[in-house]
Amino acid sequence: MSTLSLNRLSDDDLARRLAQDIPDGAYVNLGIGMPNKVARFVPEGREVMYQTENGLLGVGPSPADGEADPELIDASKKLVTTIPGSSFFDHTMSFSMMRGGHLDIAVLGAYQVAENGDLANWATLDESHPPAVGGAMDLVVGVPKIYVIMRHVNRDGSPKLLTRCTYPLTGPGVVSRVYTDLAVLDVTDEGFRLVDLAPGNTLEGVQAVTGARILS
Amino acid sequence: MIDKRVASLKEAVSAVGEGAVVMIGGFGSAGIPFGLIDALAESGVGGLTIISNNAGAGEEGISALLRGGQVARVVCSYPRTPGSIWFERRYEAGEVELEIVPQGTLAERIRAAGSGIGGFFTRTGYGTKLAEDKETRIIDGHGYVFEKPLHADIALIRAEAADRWGNLRYHATARNFNPVMATAARHTIVEARVVLDEPMAPEEVVTPGIFVDAVTSYEVRP
Repeated sequence: MSTLSLNRLSDDDLARRLAQDIPDGAYVNLGIGMPNKVARFVPEGREVMYQTENGLLGVGPSPADGEADPELIDASKKLVTTIPGSSFFDHTMSFSMMRGGHLDIAVLGAYQVAENGDLANWATLDESHPPAVGGAMDLVVGVPKIYVIMRHVNRDGSPKLLTRCTYPLTGPGVVSRVYTDLAVLDVTDEGFRLVDLAPGNTLEGVQAVTGARILS
Repeated sequence: MIDKRVASLKEAVSAVGEGAVVMIGGFGSAGIPFGLIDALAESGVGGLTIISNNAGAGEEGISALLRGGQVARVVCSYPRTPGSIWFERRYEAGEVELEIVPQGTLAERIRAAGSGIGGFFTRTGYGTKLAEDKETRIIDGHGYVFEKPLHADIALIRAEAADRWGNLRYHATARNFNPVMATAARHTIVEARVVLDEPMAPEEVVTPGIFVDAVTSYEVRP
């Protein structure tokens, strides 16, 4: 095997890798899309409370056939259920949970992450479509641990991990850790630092598709 | 005697005038006052500013107002959702102005208006293009952005139940922006799935009736 060949995790395996780092008792907000998969893979025996910003703490699984409540949805507008210990609340209390630092972890997708922790996940440079920000900017300033889950590179092979973001920022210096299909990287004062590699990869191989230096 | 009940959706929205600033509760399809919005669409009142989290999907709700050309301006956090065709059409044709506000800042600006607060500093948006041209301040080493209150002429609210005093309670995640919007408008109009004959138990009241001006019933769930 060449040191530059890459072995990518599937989306499920990537979600499973991140889920190992969600501790028992955590209060967690999962973003729309790949972040939402993480809940399925948290190891048994850990009790985790998921918050959805539209007013539910303690998000349960999808409803069984015939038991759907159209007014019980998550932030992606998907039908959900409650679990023992759940609570409902309005938007001001929901964002007090976020901005007041009461949640432990937020898992978000990203277009780009920079080595200084800058996050770009709400707008590209394409201005032909209207922008939409939702709750991303509130989450990143209020939640102590911001975990990004994303593919390591774009479809065209260009890097998403950069020295500086080129897209509009969601927040400056907010990302704690990045989980990609190739590696897990911490954001430190010195830049990206390798935590672990997806099986079958080398640091040289991952570095070659990364737009910033990875410290080992 | 206090009795805030009105006979019809049409009568309830007759208070909305040309060019009004209208808050509309709801998130996704939960907690949207579809009955009141339909009545507003039928009224044909135009030049509206709509303050809501989303900008409608499909042909219903806020989409119906956009389709009818009744909306001049939208203030929201997430206008682009699957099916938000009428918003995109009007926006791309330059017929609707858009102000994007982060979701928590939107809720808090509405709260400030309803609570008589002249604005607040938040870390949300600091260092981003949404904070350009806004006052900023460093507080205890962190950057903050000054955000102003967001008032409205009218709030359209969806509740699970109401009584004649205007006390409201909500169902599941249909609560969302409804309680805070009920506080921030000069005239708050409610459609409730059930209008109670008896007073609501005080422990169950989420929005006290002081914030509510008109209550009508609309049984349909989305």
